[in-house]
Amino acid sequence: MAKTAPGTPSLLRRLAARAAGHAIVLFARFVTAVRADWRGSEPVPRQRIYYANHVSNGDMPMIWSVLPPAIRRTVRPVAAADYWLQTPLRAFIGPEVFRCVLIDRRPEHRTADPVETMVAALDEGASLILFPEGNRNMTEDPLLPFRSGLYHLAKARPDVDLVPTWVANLNEIMPKGEVIPLPLICTVTFGASVHLEPGEDRAAFLDRAARALVALAPDRRLPPGEAA
Amino acid sequence: MSQATTDILLLAIGVVALLTALSFFGEVLRARQPEGRTSTVVETFVMRVHTWWAMVLLLALALIVGFPGVLLLFAFASFAALREFMTYTHKRRADHLSLAAAFFVVLPLQYVFLWTGDEGLFGTFVPVYAFLLLPMLSAFRGDTRSFLVRVAETQWGLMIAVFCLSHLPALMVLDIPGFENRTALLIVFFVMVVQAGDLLAFYFGLRLGRTRIAPDLSPRTWEGTICGLASAALVGAALAWITPFGVFPAMVMASVASATGMAGSLVFTAIKRERGVSDWSHLIPGQGGFLDQLDSAIFAAPIFFHLTGTIWAV
Repeated sequence: MAKTAPGTPSLLRRLAARAAGHAIVLFARFVTAVRADWRGSEPVPRQRIYYANHVSNGDMPMIWSVLPPAIRRTVRPVAAADYWLQTPLRAFIGPEVFRCVLIDRRPEHRTADPVETMVAALDEGASLILFPEGNRNMTEDPLLPFRSGLYHLAKARPDVDLVPTWVANLNEIMPKGEVIPLPLICTVTFGASVHLEPGEDRAAFLDRAARALVALAPDRRLPPGEAA
Repeated sequence: MSQATTDILLLAIGVVALLTALSFFGEVLRARQPEGRTSTVVETFVMRVHTWWAMVLLLALALIVGFPGVLLLFAFASFAALREFMTYTHKRRADHLSLAAAFFVVLPLQYVFLWTGDEGLFGTFVPVYAFLLLPMLSAFRGDTRSFLVRVAETQWGLMIAVFCLSHLPALMVLDIPGFENRTALLIVFFVMVVQAGDLLAFYFGLRLGRTRIAPDLSPRTWEGTICGLASAALVGAALAWITPFGVFPAMVMASVASATGMAGSLVFTAIKRERGVSDWSHLIPGQGGFLDQLDSAIFAAPIFFHLTGTIWAV
């Protein structure tokens, strides 16, 4: 039994989790017509860390929905334990439907080192979805400064591809604090993978990874004057 | 068998025969290409024919179900078109509620009014009530940045994707003496003349096109457009038997629909150019989004509806 995976639930719960997963994919497709744009990476079953921008709770389900089913089954999103364990419903959806790797964002509550937990999930063969900004970006800037986790993972497991993944439009589809998602077209763009180069220090690597991610953002030409 | 059923059956056979011929023609064009080469023009044509098969099947299914089926089909088309349009408008968090209302209240209500036959509200709900109410919802949140641009673009999207498009299924509620139970055929007539005009304008534009209409905007030419309009009129004449118009008025109606459609398509090209996108989305393989497909119908529908209503309906 893998130590980072949740305990084996009953057959019925696993079936329910599969059904809920399909329902989430259908809902995402219906509302946002979500589409994958593979630009620099191919949808192949390699071990990867998909690292993405984070503006909304809808980001992770969107990335999860556009991955081909065979890849989706090997991918585990890294998510906050304090959020996903808060209610019984979330505790079902997070750990069982998405099979999240749960980490605690609050150092004072931690029982395990987050990087060690993520490396353990990689060693079990999983790919990861990671939001290196740590929190949802509420600013006008495209990205918040990256936390160091991505660097530590790149250093600990240098063979794993780090795939920049830009989720467009989610800040408008489902902004923080809103309950009704707006049906707008969402595109998830996957770029060419990034690896830690020999001798590259943390700041330089994180900067390069962040630029590779921002480069995927759609160039939305808005008329002159104020951009909304 | 009633007259309407016979007409629909004859029309269905004709359309299937035509599409089969076009599909065959497309494959012949493909086969004439040198080994290992593909031509963009031929591939565009083949893709278009595929989309027409899908459109014909969907429309036929909807017509079999009847008025509710047609309403459902166009409500979904409105939803898809509005979704594509709103993806590229200015909006801020303060607009979240008004945009949600546009999608989940205004759009369904417009089709409900059509269903219940409430003609007054059908004609005023979007241009008057939504126009007044949605900016209020945005104003309550107090964010004034690009306010007028935001509310104006939202209203424009609703007018285009919901109000104008809903005039196409509205043809079915027209009360035309001697044409009872056959109003659905007007939708078929409209779609066929607009599509035929577009395609033939494209074809003749490639063959004879010299003078561009809007040189900075689109490759459309006067020569192609005029030939396209003439072809639309001929198709209109050939289909006059399914309309209450008579042959010559059917030609005029077909050219008017085709002309407004082509001009409307040019308006959409201008919007896409301004926003820096080539297609509204990727939902229809090879042809962009629903809006790319519907742009001419959207502009032509209200004019066609009102002309038919004023001249032929009671």
